Amino acid sequence: MTRIKQDHSRFRRIVQGKIRQNLKHYISTGSLVGRQGRDTVKIPLPQIELPRFKFNQQSGGGVGQGDGEPGESLGSGEQQPGEGEGQGKAGEGEGEKALEVDVTLAELAKILGEELQLPNIEPRGQKEVVTERDRYTGIRPVGPDSLRHFKRTYRQALKRTIAIGAYDPKNPVVLPIKEDMRFRSWSTVKSPQSNALVIYMMDVSGSMGDEQKEIVRSESFWINAWLKSQYSGIETRYIIHDATAREVDEHTFFHTRESGGTMISSAYKLASQIIGDDYPVSEWNIYPFHFSDGDNWSVDDTRTCIRLLRDDLVPKSNQFSYGQVESPYGSGQFIKDLREHFPVGEDDCTLVVSEIKDKDAIVGSIKEFLGAGR
Amino acid sequence: MIHYIKVRPLPPELHRWRETIEKIAVDEGLDFFEVVYEMITYEKMSEIAAYGGFPTRYPHWRFGMEYDRLSKSHTYGLSKIYELVINTNPCYAYLLEGNALVDQKLVMSHVFGHADFFKNNFWFSRTDRKMVDTMANHATRVRRYQDLYGVTTVEEFIDVCLSVENLIDPHMPYVQKKRKKTRRKQDLPDELVGDGQSLPRLQAKEYMDDFVNPEGYLEAQRAKKKAEIEQQKRFPAEPQRDVLMFLMQEAPLTRWQRNVLGIIRDEAYYFAPQGMTKIMNEGWASYWHTHMMTKRGIMDPNEVIDYADRHSRATVMHKGRINPYKIGIELFRDIEWRYDTGRFGKEWDECDDMEARANWHRPTGRGREKIFEVRRHHNDITFLDEYLTPEFCARQKLFTFEHKPRANEWQIASREFAEVKQKLLFQLTNMGQPVIRVEDANFENKNALLLTHRHEGVDLDESYAYATLRNLFALWKRPVHIASRKKDRGILFSFDGQQPSEKAFDG
Repeated sequence: MTRIKQDHSRFRRIVQGKIRQNLKHYISTGSLVGRQGRDTVKIPLPQIELPRFKFNQQSGGGVGQGDGEPGESLGSGEQQPGEGEGQGKAGEGEGEKALEVDVTLAELAKILGEELQLPNIEPRGQKEVVTERDRYTGIRPVGPDSLRHFKRTYRQALKRTIAIGAYDPKNPVVLPIKEDMRFRSWSTVKSPQSNALVIYMMDVSGSMGDEQKEIVRSESFWINAWLKSQYSGIETRYIIHDATAREVDEHTFFHTRESGGTMISSAYKLASQIIGDDYPVSEWNIYPFHFSDGDNWSVDDTRTCIRLLRDDLVPKSNQFSYGQVESPYGSGQFIKDLREHFPVGEDDCTLVVSEIKDKDAIVGSIKEFLGAGR
Repeated sequence: MIHYIKVRPLPPELHRWRETIEKIAVDEGLDFFEVVYEMITYEKMSEIAAYGGFPTRYPHWRFGMEYDRLSKSHTYGLSKIYELVINTNPCYAYLLEGNALVDQKLVMSHVFGHADFFKNNFWFSRTDRKMVDTMANHATRVRRYQDLYGVTTVEEFIDVCLSVENLIDPHMPYVQKKRKKTRRKQDLPDELVGDGQSLPRLQAKEYMDDFVNPEGYLEAQRAKKKAEIEQQKRFPAEPQRDVLMFLMQEAPLTRWQRNVLGIIRDEAYYFAPQGMTKIMNEGWASYWHTHMMTKRGIMDPNEVIDYADRHSRATVMHKGRINPYKIGIELFRDIEWRYDTGRFGKEWDECDDMEARANWHRPTGRGREKIFEVRRHHNDITFLDEYLTPEFCARQKLFTFEHKPRANEWQIASREFAEVKQKLLFQLTNMGQPVIRVEDANFENKNALLLTHRHEGVDLDESYAYATLRNLFALWKRPVHIASRKKDRGILFSFDGQQPSEKAFDG
C-alpha cells in the first residue's frame, strides 16, 4: 500500500467515524435527504476541518477584477464570490474550502446497519432471477475487427519479427500480418439477480402536516439506502391517497397536500394492482410501506383493508410495513386495528407496525421495520 | 549533484525539448538550480500534489483528504494539475503523462521561470533547499513516534499543532534579532514607597523643591517607574509573533510533542515564502512562458490555438477574486514597458500634463534589467506597493467588493485607486491571515495564555476562534484567551477547558 493510500484510508475512517457519531442526528433532522446523487451522498462535515484563527469573511470583502459599476451585485449569499472555483495549485498554500465529503450509499448503508445492528436480509428461495451477462475474459486469434486487441496484436507481431530475425532496433518497424491478429473473446456468466420493489404509500389527507411528511421523507431515505445495499436492483413506486388513491412521482409524493377524508383501502387496492400488473411475485422481493396518521373513514373500510392485506398484500410481500405518524388531528385507530388482526409473535406474520411519535423516533422505527431481516 | 529522488528519464522527444528550452532560458538570462523533470501519471500527480509537492510527508489524514479531492476532481473532469515544481536544489518538476506536446513545452517554459525565481528571490534565500530530505526525515520521526505512542495519539496531536500552524512570524528568518534576556521575577525597587527621594527629580534649590518637583510630578514618576517594572515582570517581555516557538519553549509538552510541534513549525516556515510571493512567482513564470513560447520559436504554428487556450485559462480574470497569474504577468509587463519608455524618475513623477504623460517616449532599454531586479528584491506586498499605478489599476479593471448584509449580497464597492490598493495590500498582509501575538503567559496571574489579535478593521471568525482556542488549550493546558475587537468593541474570547466564553475587554 502506498503512503498516500494509508493517509487516504485514515481519512475515510475518520469520515466514517464522524458520520457514525452523527448518524442519529442526520436521521432525525433529515439533513441528508435530497443530498444524494446517483450513488453518493454529499455530507457536510465541518467537524473534520482543522480550525484556525481566521477572518470573518463578511466583514472583510476583497478585490476583484472585471467589468461592472460600483453597487453591482457579484452574487448573493454567505459565501464569498469566486470561492470554490478553485484552480488551486499545490505547494502554494493549502487551499480553503467548505468541507463536504462524498460518501457512497453503500458505505452509508453499512454504517446504518452497524449502528442500528440491522441483520442482513436473507434471500428468499424462489425469488432469484438468473441473469446472463457477457464478459470479456480472454483472447483468441479470430474475431470481428471491432474487437481487435491492438496491444496484443502488436506484441504478437513483435514476437514474430524478433523470432525471424527481422527486427532492427534502429528502425523498429513492426508490421502485423493476419496471423498476428488477436481479438477479445467473451464468456457468458450466469449470476443470480435479486430485485426489490418498494412501494411507498402515504396518507395526504388534511390531517397529515408538513412535519409528518418530513418524518416520512427522512425515514424513506434511509430505508431506501438500506434496501439498495441489500438488493442489486431496486425500484420504487409512490402512491398517495385520501379518499382515492393515485400513483405519483417522488417529488409529488412529498409535496402534495390534499384535504378531505381518508380511505386507506384505496391505496391498498392500487398497490395490489401495481404488483399484479408489473411485478411477478416469483421474481420480485416486494416491500410495501404505508404511512398515515391512523385515521380511517369508516369501520367498513378498515375491514376491507384487513381483507386486502390478509389475502393479497401480505402474502405477496417480503414484509408489509405500516408506520403511524402521530398527528394532532388523527385518531390513531388504524394501528390498533392492525395489531388486533395481525398479532405480533405469530410466526408467519410478516406485517410490521411502528409508531413514530416525533423526529427522534425515526431511528427506532427504522429499526423496527428493518430489524427482522426479511 | 546528489539526487534525492529516483527519477525516470523523460521520453527522448521531451528530453530534446527540455534541452532546447533550457538553452533558451539561460540565453534569456534566467538562472536556476538544475531542474529535474519527471513525467508521472495523474494518480501520482495527485499524490505528490496532496503532499505539497514532496514524495514523502509525515503520515496524516489531511493529505489523504486532499488526495481524495484532487483525484476526484480529475476523474470528474473538473480540474487538472498541469505542473508541479518544488523549491529545492535540484529543483524537481513534474509533467503530467498524456498531455499534448504543446502543454509539456508550455509547462517546461513556465517551470524554468519558477526555478529562477526560487533561486534568486530574496524571500526564498533562507529556505531549506534540501527540503525533500528534511521532509523525509520528519516523516521517519513521526512514524517512529507513532510506533512508540500510538497512531491516533500522534495524529490527534498533529491536528492540534496544525490548528495553530499559521501563527508564525514570516519575517523572522530575515531579521537578526538579539534575544533579550527575559527577567521574570524581580523585586519592586524600594524607592517606590516612602517619600520618593530617590525618584528622578528636577534639580532645584532646597527651598524651591516643593515647587519644582510637586507631589503630582513625583506621583507621575512613580507611576511611570511602576509601569516599567510591570513591563519587565511581563512574560514574554515583548509580545511575540512566533507563537509556535513560544509554545515549544514554554508549553508543558513531552519531548516527542515538542519535536512534532517543531516539525510543523519548520514546514510552515518553509512554505511561507511561497505564500508571500504568489503573485510575483506566478507572474514571473507566466511572463517567461509567454515570452519563450511566442517569441523564441518553441511553439509550432499549429499549436497556437491550444497554447492560447491554456494560457487564457490560466490568466482568466475573476469577478470575485484576484488571479495571481493575471495580476503578476500584467504588472511585470507594465514595469518593463514603463522602464523601457522612460516612465520613471523625478521628471516623470513631476509631470502632470496628461497628454505628455500619455505620449511619453524616452527609450532607455532598461525594462528587462528592471524586472530582473524586481524579481530579486520584492515580495507581493512591496511589489504591489511600489509598482501598482492608477493607470494599471484602471486598465486591469480592479475593484473592491463588500458584503451588504441587508441585501445578503456581495457588491462592487469602489474603483478608486487608493481603496483598491489599500484592500489589496491588506489581503496580502501576513498572507491574508490575522496577525496574532503572544501577549502574556501569566494572564490575570493565573498562568493563562493571552494572545492578542492586531485588529485592522476585520473581525475574527468567532466559531473558528473558539475551535482554535480549544486546540490551543490542549497545548497550554491552562485557560487560553485571545483579545480582539468586534466592530468597535474590545472583546476577549476565552476557553477555560470546559466552556468557551466572551467578555468585553480593553487590553
